[in-house]
Amino acid sequence: MTETLQPQTPDQLLEVIAWANAENATLNVRGFGTKLGLGEAVEASHMLDMSTFSGIVNYEPEELVLTLGSATPMAELENLLAENRQMLAFEPQDWGWALGRESASGTIGGAMMVSSNGPRRFKAGAARDHLLGLKAVSGRGEAFAAGGRVVKNVTGYDLSKLMAGSYGTLAAATELTLKVLPAPEKTYTLLVYGLDVEPAMALMRALANTPYDVSGLAYVAAHTASLSSVSYVRDRQMSVLGARIEGLQISVHHRLQALKEMLTGAQEIDELRTHNSVAFWQEVRDIKLLPNLAGDVLWRVSAPPSAAASIVAQCQPDHWVADWAGGLIWLHYDRADAGQAEVVRTSVQAGGQAMLVRAPDDLRNAIPVFQPLPQGLATLNRRVKENYDPNGVLNPGRMGV
Amino acid sequence: MTIIDVDHDILAKRDVLISRLEQILPSDCLLCHEDQLRPYEADAQTMHKQTPMAVVLPETTEQVSATLALCNELGIKVVPRGAGTGLSGGALPLADGVLIGLAKFNNIVDIDYDNRCVVAQPGVTNLAISDAVRDDGYYYAPDPSSQIACTIGGNVAENSGGVHCLKYGLTTNNVLGVEMVLMTGEVVRFGGKHLDADGYDLLGVITGSEGLLGVITEVTVRILPEPETVRALLLGFNSCEDAGACVGAVIAEGIIPAGMEIMDRLTIDAVEDYCHPGYPDAEAVLIVELDGPAAEVDYLIERVTALAEENSATSISTSQSEEERLRFWQGRKAAFPAVAQLRPDYYCMDGTIPRGKLPEVLARMSEMAAEKDLLVANVFHAGDGNLHPLILYDANVPGEMAKAEELGAEILKLCVAVGGVLTGEHGVGTEKRDLMPEMFSEADLEHQQRVKCAFDPEGYLNPGKVFPTLHRCAELGRMHIHRGQVPFPDLPRF
Ligand SMILES: Cc1cc2nc3c(=O)[nH]c(=O)nc-3n(C[C@H](O)[C@H](O)[C@H](O)COP(=O)(O)OP(=O)(O)OC[C@H]3O[C@@H](n4cnc5c(N)ncnc54)[C@H](O)[C@@H]3O)c2cc1C
Repeated sequence: MTETLQPQTPDQLLEVIAWANAENATLNVRGFGTKLGLGEAVEASHMLDMSTFSGIVNYEPEELVLTLGSATPMAELENLLAENRQMLAFEPQDWGWALGRESASGTIGGAMMVSSNGPRRFKAGAARDHLLGLKAVSGRGEAFAAGGRVVKNVTGYDLSKLMAGSYGTLAAATELTLKVLPAPEKTYTLLVYGLDVEPAMALMRALANTPYDVSGLAYVAAHTASLSSVSYVRDRQMSVLGARIEGLQISVHHRLQALKEMLTGAQEIDELRTHNSVAFWQEVRDIKLLPNLAGDVLWRVSAPPSAAASIVAQCQPDHWVADWAGGLIWLHYDRADAGQAEVVRTSVQAGGQAMLVRAPDDLRNAIPVFQPLPQGLATLNRRVKENYDPNGVLNPGRMGV
Repeated sequence: MTIIDVDHDILAKRDVLISRLEQILPSDCLLCHEDQLRPYEADAQTMHKQTPMAVVLPETTEQVSATLALCNELGIKVVPRGAGTGLSGGALPLADGVLIGLAKFNNIVDIDYDNRCVVAQPGVTNLAISDAVRDDGYYYAPDPSSQIACTIGGNVAENSGGVHCLKYGLTTNNVLGVEMVLMTGEVVRFGGKHLDADGYDLLGVITGSEGLLGVITEVTVRILPEPETVRALLLGFNSCEDAGACVGAVIAEGIIPAGMEIMDRLTIDAVEDYCHPGYPDAEAVLIVELDGPAAEVDYLIERVTALAEENSATSISTSQSEEERLRFWQGRKAAFPAVAQLRPDYYCMDGTIPRGKLPEVLARMSEMAAEKDLLVANVFHAGDGNLHPLILYDANVPGEMAKAEELGAEILKLCVAVGGVLTGEHGVGTEKRDLMPEMFSEADLEHQQRVKCAFDPEGYLNPGKVFPTLHRCAELGRMHIHRGQVPFPDLPRF
């Protein structure tokens, strides 16, 4: 079995990475290891367990800033924020269900490094937009800090952005500083039933373009909706479009009304109040609306919203959910099929990317998990990797660059 | 100040350079005479000036590419420039370099409401993007005060902000994609109309890279639907500290206004003389702008009014019409030119501090200014702690400019000392370059430069900016490896 090394201090982490460089060792970097299934499989000589770097370092709710150890459990962080009526606006996805693990078991560092962006992403930004600074040890075995503790900062290069979404292939982060925001007082969702794909996608784009600050826009096909735990979504045997409105009670009512007035009146509608609303958006966020079966295949597609209907038509998934007003599509196939991957990848060729999340090993090993990059971009990605981790010590191969 | 040592061998290649440039560019795209170069000798940080060997004003990506490839071949440095409104010397030319101006790239390429974005050439001004979509009810959120003049390419290079970034973010939070020409002439696209990064988030580091990584030739930005209602409060206080406490109270209530701006007495008096916005007679003025659905805005106006009362506001007025709201802003928007009337010159600083440190920093700043016998007018983006102290001086009084620069540096060091940063939106450029070690260790700066090494390993693009020490990439690449020690005997392993 692979030996696991668990540094207790940043200095020890530094020693481990320096040692790996000297001894041609390779390290599979993990927080609690809940996302090891994401990205390309890593073959490393050792596990680097970061779980010691945990705990709140500094939280100033009135400054909207929080500094914490990178391996702080997501659950602990979310409880703390909830106590202070604050939140991470990028709404980090819980990958537990999708990757066949327990839910709410990951770390903030993991969420940041795989860029776990939830339904609010199209309005409030991604993980990277909420990372203000960090401390880390790069693959070179050198400690460095980046960014700062204030939101407005253009001092030097924004390495926080580079690290967010880097799957631990450039540096192992010990400490993160996050931007936090006030949590909404109320969360309601307008449901529109029975729309076909094209009109549904068009309506989502139209709703995103209203001044009503819609903070979630998802569409669930009829037979996928039947898998929901929320009765309003599950029981009508129709497709469901959800439009989320959050904020002050008085404003939520007003905006919900305004959205209803936009509809022609022909559609069947309903609304979810706070409790059901939260449950529905968690299902969307954590892709619990899609089955998780032995031998199945799950793709995550990020593309221009206007391409959504055509992507779905080309890919013919067994189940699917569109989020981000059509900018994110989860495609589910009950089983792997020759040519499927080719079709999915081709569907986003005009702009966008398809990431293979879950598949039987033979498929996963046969094709790149991430959308292959055009040559110029691929070269730059490789050079960035070589600059931060010249010996390929950290998570070799995980991003496929 | 020396930006970077001049290479005389390169100066000697000037004729070769010009004749080769003539082969790749139409004649009206190349400027080489002294009087043609003069307008490009500085950006809006005018304390230092330098003319380049030549100014190139290309019209197409192919011309940019050919120019860069040529300079790369000849080993000539290149400084990109947008509108030259930068306040940190980022577009300051190099005596032995070529300045490449993007002013002719001034077309909007695509307005795409379906995907809520605009694709623009880099020389399009910030305001022109909003103007292009306003009739359809949209706008581009980051709004630097220079928005009539500054370019979207410059905004990306500086990661510019504005009064509305408190709620809507800086440029980096609103850019979806760029096309960039690398020093080799190669054209690479980053991002696009989709939201997730392809590979590493290189768009994230390009934004704010100050022209050191490549020349941006196209930008895709996210646009937003205009809010239903916008209203502002104009609040007077007995001190900036009281105004600052009010800002803290608003945020502690969970309210994120569209903007919160403070001006101090000196600024208030200057703008009253300059454009008569009708500000209250107060030691500090705070403008709070709220946007959203009418019902929400009206309700928040009431809440903020109550908070202002609790925080000892001496006067409270609420805009009752769009004209009145614009009048509240008129003084803030004219703050820089108004303050410029007080003394022949002013020097604009841009540090950010944790909001709670405002009283401490203000007190220290006025002591430091008094010690130097200089006046400082204060304007802040108070919601996010971004200060703009304007140091007043007269460049014709011997020694005063140097004193102003010293005071500026001391103020920025103070910002860092209280947990803040050197620059919130204007960039490092040449101006704050040598202060970088206040905030970053040598290793931190080296890790930033590694991005540069990935994009421009020879270091031809805009050298002398941002980084106090220019390491050669080969030297940065070297690793110090110690083999054969018994590693970490105390480390838990399982
Ligand atoms: C009165 C006044 C008010 C201001 N208010 C604000 C404010 O509120 N907020 C704020 O953030 N800034 C403000 N600024 C600063 C300035 O306007 C911004 O930094 C702006 O983004 C600069 O744009 P520019 O086109 O003038 O760029 P330039 O000054 O020409 O260049 C700035 C930097 O960008 C690089 N660059 C420019 N174009 C490109 C390109 N196409 N490709 C690669 N690199 C490029 C240059 O090399 C340089 O390093 C203000 C300036 C003035 C004079």
